[in-house]
Amino acid sequence: MTVISRDTLFAYVLRHGDDCLILSQRLGDLISRAPELEEDIALANIALDILGIGRLLLQYAGELEAEERSEDDLAFGRTEREFTNLLLVETPNGDFAHTMVRQYLFDAYQDLLWNRLVDSSDETIAGIAGKARKESRYHLRHSRSWVVRLGDGTAESNRRMQQALESVWRFTGEMFIDDEIDRAAAEAGFGVLPSSLSDAWNHEVTTTIETATLSRPDDSSIRTGGRDGRHSESIGPLLAEMQHMYRSFPGASW
Amino acid sequence: MTGPERFQSILDEDGKIEPKDWMPDGYRKTLIRQIAQHAHSEVIGMQPEGNWIARAPSLHRKAILMAKVQDEAGHGLYLYSAAETLGVSRDELVDLLHRGKHKYSSIFNYPTLSWADIGAIGWLVDGAAITNQVMLTRCSYGPYSRAMVRICKEESFHQRQGYEILLTLVNGTAEQKAMAQDALDRWWWPALMMFGPHDADSTHSEQSTAWNIKRMSNDALRQQFVDMTVPQAQYLGLEIPDPDLSWNADTSHWDSGPIDWDEFWRVVKGDGPMNRERLEHKRKAWDDGAWVREAAEAYAAKHADQPRRVA
Ligand SMILES: [Fe+2]
Ligand SMILES: [Fe+2]
Repeated sequence: MTVISRDTLFAYVLRHGDDCLILSQRLGDLISRAPELEEDIALANIALDILGIGRLLLQYAGELEAEERSEDDLAFGRTEREFTNLLLVETPNGDFAHTMVRQYLFDAYQDLLWNRLVDSSDETIAGIAGKARKESRYHLRHSRSWVVRLGDGTAESNRRMQQALESVWRFTGEMFIDDEIDRAAAEAGFGVLPSSLSDAWNHEVTTTIETATLSRPDDSSIRTGGRDGRHSESIGPLLAEMQHMYRSFPGASW
Repeated sequence: MTGPERFQSILDEDGKIEPKDWMPDGYRKTLIRQIAQHAHSEVIGMQPEGNWIARAPSLHRKAILMAKVQDEAGHGLYLYSAAETLGVSRDELVDLLHRGKHKYSSIFNYPTLSWADIGAIGWLVDGAAITNQVMLTRCSYGPYSRAMVRICKEESFHQRQGYEILLTLVNGTAEQKAMAQDALDRWWWPALMMFGPHDADSTHSEQSTAWNIKRMSNDALRQQFVDMTVPQAQYLGLEIPDPDLSWNADTSHWDSGPIDWDEFWRVVKGDGPMNRERLEHKRKAWDDGAWVREAAEAYAAKHADQPRRVA
């Protein structure tokens, strides 16, 4: 067994932080655009929760580095290729069906993840997971309830939900692929193998899709690359906007 | 006592009118219009600030801003509920807004052009709103007055956070300080206009005062705001864009220069920089969400007789 370098821990913490950061950035754009005021509040709430967890992870990642970058340095100072989020979370906002399908498929994954990471051998990770899982349970409940209601709502809502599922599904396989970092993290005890979450996720999602009278898309296409910094084109404009102030006013504090 | 007598005696004792109490038609209508306009303002106000969520300069500020915009949505919801106690539905009121029959605070028809604007809105716009709303906590309609108590607490957070943004800017680089000054230059006069026309030109004021809805005049509120804000601007080292602003030792108030009422009426009547955009954004969100609301209703109808399994 090899000694786990801080680099591995850094990379592991960072990728989960990036997932949160990028998704909250997408959700932030939807506030004031929801179908009803209650949902504006819910989306803001979810975006805030996820941003909060993302910040804790980025802060921790920064502490693990020799350079000791701050959360802002990590969020605003890296390029596309240095972001290691899943492709799913960066998919551009579409209609409300897309928002909720993306959210549900990701919530189902993250809820499982946090529930395992509370047992991480790394105290900081375990602590963050403990906070995150209290929130992710509510996020999952919320997005699942929308998936069911919209799937089993009207003909149009069913059509839109099925379309959103078909469009987003190819990005879900990536959540359960183990790479070198995951294997090292799992072996060292501070991380979990993504593949080990797959069965439970499939069970959750398949049940919901059935209840929602939707059909599960086939798994023939799986898009990957996010964990290696090979993203879709859409992350570029997202980062350009998010990083605009940091890059326009180098060194300024806000 | 008859209904009208009881109504008057509650006002005489400075008590609260509750939804089930008898009230004059005019009182009800005035309140519906005012509370709805207030609710619409909270909701439309989400847009200028929402404009900076994606670009907030730090994650800390991003989180604060998101929470603020969320608060405003909550205020809207809370106020629509207060209006509903008067016998209208939220959907009716929102429809009136969408059709341009209802107004919202004109301040939100100005664009947010820099990060400093987020500071200026918190400091000046929430600040002006608080000045007005503290008065409204004493208004005679119970549900409205209670809504104001709750909302005022959050608004003072917003104001402090806005001021803090500017404080950071004026202590930053020359560029940041200039950004703060520019924001004050653009938001100062619209903020003063938030209090409405001068007392002499204010049409509804007299009746609202008699009904204990309005407890202070527009000009008195505006003066209170100016007196509170000038020292805060001085502390920031920013200059208020009013060459006539001067301390009046006789009255112990700050005297300010003339307000451009042409601009005020132009924006109120729909010709401000962002009137069209704000309403279009709002309508688009509503129209885009129509299928969602229909589906939620259809689902609820289908499953009305079943125990809820979802969630
Ligand atoms: Fe508010
Ligand atoms: Fe506010």
